[in-house]
Amino acid sequence: MKKALSLFVACAAFTLPTQAFAAGKQIQIVGSSTVYPFVTVVAEAFGNNTDFKTPIVESTGTGGGFKLFCAGLEDASPDLANASRAIKASEKKLCAKNGVTDITEIKIGFDGIVLANAKGATRYDFSKKVLFLALAKQIPVNGKLVNNPHQKWSDIDSSLPDVKIEVYGPPTTSGTRDAFVELVMEPSCKNLPEFKAAYTDKKARKQACHLLREDGRYIEAGENDNLIVQKLQSNSKALGIFGFSFLDQNGDIVQGSHIAGIEPTFENISDGSYGVSRSLYVYVKDGHVGKTSGLQEFITELVSDEAAGEFGYLTEKGLIPLPSDELITMQNRSSALAVK
Amino acid sequence: MIKLFERRTRITVQRIKKKKSPFIYKSYSKKPKHTWLKKRKAAERRFRNAGLISILIAFLFLVSLVCNIVSSGYSAFTGTQIKLPITFQTELVEKGAYRKIVQNALLDLFQDVETRKEKRSLFMLISRNAPYELKSLIKQKPDLIGTKIDLWLPAASATSIFYKQRLLEESKRIGKINGDQAKWVTTLAQSQRTRLKFNMPFFKNGDSREAEQAGILASTIGSFFTILVCVLLAFPLGVATAIYLEEFAPRNWVTSIIEININNLAAVPSIIFGLLGLSIYLNFFGMPRSSSLVGGLVLALLILPVIVISTRNALHSVPQSIRDAAAALGATPTQVVFHHTLIYALPGVMTGVILGIARAFGETAPLLMIGMVAFIADAPQTITDPATTLPIQVFLWTNNPELGFVEKTAAAIMVLLGFMILINLCAVYVRKRFEIKW
Repeated sequence: MKKALSLFVACAAFTLPTQAFAAGKQIQIVGSSTVYPFVTVVAEAFGNNTDFKTPIVESTGTGGGFKLFCAGLEDASPDLANASRAIKASEKKLCAKNGVTDITEIKIGFDGIVLANAKGATRYDFSKKVLFLALAKQIPVNGKLVNNPHQKWSDIDSSLPDVKIEVYGPPTTSGTRDAFVELVMEPSCKNLPEFKAAYTDKKARKQACHLLREDGRYIEAGENDNLIVQKLQSNSKALGIFGFSFLDQNGDIVQGSHIAGIEPTFENISDGSYGVSRSLYVYVKDGHVGKTSGLQEFITELVSDEAAGEFGYLTEKGLIPLPSDELITMQNRSSALAVK
Repeated sequence: MIKLFERRTRITVQRIKKKKSPFIYKSYSKKPKHTWLKKRKAAERRFRNAGLISILIAFLFLVSLVCNIVSSGYSAFTGTQIKLPITFQTELVEKGAYRKIVQNALLDLFQDVETRKEKRSLFMLISRNAPYELKSLIKQKPDLIGTKIDLWLPAASATSIFYKQRLLEESKRIGKINGDQAKWVTTLAQSQRTRLKFNMPFFKNGDSREAEQAGILASTIGSFFTILVCVLLAFPLGVATAIYLEEFAPRNWVTSIIEININNLAAVPSIIFGLLGLSIYLNFFGMPRSSSLVGGLVLALLILPVIVISTRNALHSVPQSIRDAAAALGATPTQVVFHHTLIYALPGVMTGVILGIARAFGETAPLLMIGMVAFIADAPQTITDPATTLPIQVFLWTNNPELGFVEKTAAAIMVLLGFMILINLCAVYVRKRFEIKW
């Protein structure tokens, strides 16, 4: 017994340092939870198709991801950072301060957000302003900020139908919601004189603009977009907010409302004319290329036609692909990494 | 005073003569006897009923929770398979285009599918990982190249969920299945090309983004490694601390401060230990992120106070006479502890350790900070490899948008609960089997 124990301790002592501190490093990815579902699919395919280990993908949120990514150049730091927005100047500064000066930005596609209702119901055409007046917690009435009084769509604009406002959408933890309030609510809200007067601090104003009403007209339906689609199916008067992929997959059940006259279609989102979409990025630490085994090959897979192309497997998961010329730019960037 | 005493004596004597009990309670009470008795009994009943009701409510919650989990999770233990006429064309195998082989087989079955959109939804019936199964099959049996055989391949999870409902009607379809797909599945079912099979991938795979391929093996191994590290550190440390504090340490203000701190440590929110792990193990010692080694070290901190407190209680309950007897026979204090006190206290110590393990087993919050909440598909080989644990797997799956993960999550919870019950049964057994009553 004692012998076995000491043997075990010896083994542990032996394997620990060699394993822990000199292990041939596996690709480590951190960042946005919106990009997570796409990058994990690529990671899995990469692990299955090649002899490299499956990369590790942590969902830390875009900001948290950059914090880890920019912490330093040493092997233990992440190789890639997922982001549902471009890197901020402050984050670049942090990176540079810790020696991470060379970063390559890879755009992998777009994510559209739609406002949909059951097929067969009235098809709406909303302006961002109308959506703001329907869903914001506070809106200006006669020069004063009051809690949103609108109960029916026709209260906002008499041309809209006499139907109760009822919108199912994601909860505050969701990236889709962040993007929605940023792309729809904020532009209509931040320059209103009433908001400027009430919130002199820019940050506080932004926060106030991002608040959605809590009186039951906007209904948080959980993170599961499938659930929202089912609710819309059973309640033809309600609208739902979710990612474009779910509209794409359930096109025979739900229809996307036009926003500012533009229909949410594959083409309109990828050419940027549909207003509620954002780009998704992956940032590469150039210094790790060649050090982390398989990193360059993984980037190649990520921007390959088979993954991110027009009919790639990522589109099955709901990613709006880049226009082909932009994808080629990204593929060139990826091969440029190999040369370095 | 004397008068009162005389009166009571008189009454007592009278009662004895009348063959009644000599004891009188509240004989001066103005109320008739039966009222206060009734009141006392009612209070008693009220209390008992309140206890009973609260147990019933708790039981109801438990039953509804378990029913909910089981009813949404049991279906994950079976998976749908579809029989496809696979032709291993030599040139396709050589190119490694196994995806194309699967697609050709599907087009073989449904020859009227023409448009690109239709084809795409047809291909989505089969699991995206099916080509890898063909690949490994060819590796095992290279003589299959060039032949045509019928093979059972896993269906995609959306297909599987639709099929498992056993209501192959277009109107009953759920999730991402569209009208065409529903029709095709129905056709396949009618031609005996579908079957339900025990879902092996759930037990032999790691995490996957395809619900039908996602499994709990990697996270179970991760849990095992993490707990192993945790116990190897926490058990000796905790027991040694407890023995020293209980048997040897002088009673002074230093030891009482240590004691208070240990008790407080048991009540610290677990996420704090995660932060500690992040700043000490990862940033200071530079240990590998996401590894079960760091996870185990963090969890060891978490259960250390539990072990110390329960061990001290167990040691405390060993009678002093045992120690005295041993000492009288010439044993040194250390011999007294290791030959006698600790042996008799062992059932209590083990119970504490096992309950500590149960707590560590179900913990996720501290592991969040050290990067164990991540998509990790490969099972860990050593304790320094990146790993997740079972409860983290549950957490990750609840965040996945695909409908197929709902049943997977519930099934993983069932497995987790199974482990928990097992651990707790161990604790009960150890206590019952080895307990010594003084």
